[in-house]
Amino acid sequence: MFSHKHLAGLLGTTALLGACAAQTNVPTQGPNLGRVASADEVASRDISIPPSGVGLPAGSGTSKQGAAVYAAKCQSCHGEKGAGKPADMLVGGIGTLATGKPVRTVGSFWPYATTLFDYIRRAMPINKTMSLTNDETYAVSAYLLSLNGIIAEDAVMNAQTLPQVKMPNRDGFIDYSLK
Amino acid sequence: MKKTELSASREARPSQGHDNGVNRRSFLARGVKAAGMMAAGGATGGAALARAAEPIGSTFPAWSTVIGAPFRGYGQPSRFEEPTKRFVARAYGDLAPGTGSARTPLEALEGVITPNGLHFERSHNGVPDIDPAQHTLMIHGLVKRPLVFSMASLLRYPKISRTCFIECAGNSSQNILPAEPLQLPVGAVHGLVSCAEWTGIPLALLLQEAGIEPGAKWLLAEGADSAGMSRSVPIAKAFDDAMVALYQNGERLRPEQGYPVRLLLPGWEGNMNVKWLRRIKVTEGPTHTKDETSKYTDPLPDGKARQFTLGIEVKSLITRPSAGMKMEGRGLYEISGIAWSGAGRIARVEVTADGGTNWQNAMLEGPVLSKSVVRFRLPWQWNGSNALLQSRATDEKGNVQPTRKAYKEAMAVDSRFHNNTIVTWSVDADGSIKNVFA
Repeated sequence: MFSHKHLAGLLGTTALLGACAAQTNVPTQGPNLGRVASADEVASRDISIPPSGVGLPAGSGTSKQGAAVYAAKCQSCHGEKGAGKPADMLVGGIGTLATGKPVRTVGSFWPYATTLFDYIRRAMPINKTMSLTNDETYAVSAYLLSLNGIIAEDAVMNAQTLPQVKMPNRDGFIDYSLK
Repeated sequence: MKKTELSASREARPSQGHDNGVNRRSFLARGVKAAGMMAAGGATGGAALARAAEPIGSTFPAWSTVIGAPFRGYGQPSRFEEPTKRFVARAYGDLAPGTGSARTPLEALEGVITPNGLHFERSHNGVPDIDPAQHTLMIHGLVKRPLVFSMASLLRYPKISRTCFIECAGNSSQNILPAEPLQLPVGAVHGLVSCAEWTGIPLALLLQEAGIEPGAKWLLAEGADSAGMSRSVPIAKAFDDAMVALYQNGERLRPEQGYPVRLLLPGWEGNMNVKWLRRIKVTEGPTHTKDETSKYTDPLPDGKARQFTLGIEVKSLITRPSAGMKMEGRGLYEISGIAWSGAGRIARVEVTADGGTNWQNAMLEGPVLSKSVVRFRLPWQWNGSNALLQSRATDEKGNVQPTRKAYKEAMAVDSRFHNNTIVTWSVDADGSIKNVFA
């Protein structure tokens, strides 16, 4: 049904062309046109928070404070108490990952609490991002962690306490970056 | 859904190297002969003689007799190609209108280069309207000198051009998650892959100017969209082939592709090719952002999940004929498709018409570039009976495209990323073509 008599010849040609095309000259010297950034400039732009918590801002919040913020600014998408729909479910599912019906939420799946602060501050609420204060961001983080049973209801989340929160699925990931 | 008819004149094209007596020379010869017969008929027919004194214009289409459209500054496709457009999927509807994707209509395209307006888009909170005069790229963290680059300064840098694919790690998730195969055009299911020539600055050049400090092993790349898209990248990639891209297929980036500047990580998952790039932080370890923990990780049945599965695996699919098209009777067709691998060049694409019992090597249309889409072709004589069409790609590292069954057995039930499994089109005797799981 199929046939390709000249296949070997065609493959040889394409391999040769490919090899030629890869031999591009990659420039190694630039004109040094970058302006040196001031420390303040860097600090005002550097909003990413790694698991160490380095870079977390001043401020704090509790679950109770977070409940009010959540109801006003998050619930319309994420449902009552993080139940989800239409946007992601945020609460529950702990213990389900190895079952046939895994439920992946902040509580059951996310490995680091710092990611919660980082993501809420940069990307939520989706219709007006970067509009929450640092206190509000800590408070909403506390609310979601508390609803998941990961921290006590009266726990205060701040730059010191948030990185210390041990998420249930902290050891659930296999690093493939070097594989 | 638009049904795409397989045009006999387009499909039954002569291809080099097939053995059923049709070749380019005989087609051309027949064409010349036919034209000669038409000319002879026109000269000797009585009706034509009667018209000989009349202007010839009435026998030609109107577009051949009037002044055509005036010049315009930026060309557009023919109005008759209006149906060729991206398939738009918005996960949250009007609630988050910028969250979702627009998928390349693979079924309507040929060659390897995706036109800029049809390049797939995955955005997490819409396309920002960035003024390049105000936008900057900052490089900081574990560097000797934190630097800020204006777009005007970046344009002055020496550049490189490279043709490569970008594929969203979530491409084809709708062919792995559902229990039953979706009956949509190939682009609507698998169209989160595109290929373009990108031009920009080697990221290594800018990092060298900032001066890398000891202990630097990762980068954090961040976009200026209102999702603040951010991903961690091993620094080795920067010194391999990462690019700060400014141009796409010769013109400045389209807004939905990251205008005025994006990160390009050839062969790595699309999400990491951060658009609207505003910041690169050189770090000791990964930042563990939302999109490299809760998403874009690959869960396993035992509850663990693979993280930082950064490379796109070897993959191929037949774009024509494909689901939703209709065969126009038995005869010669060309099977045409695309293959790509984040690990390097495509070495081989095999095609079967019987669900995998017999495989035949397809022709790879050169040049075959590393981490680029390659077009494969194979003439196929359809005898009018049921057929199961599949393609299976192998890359130069020896990686072979797996079956859907193998993926489902290895991964968690809700695993959806990095689906590079073999795609199957079922051709029925009536000529209809369906997506099936096989």
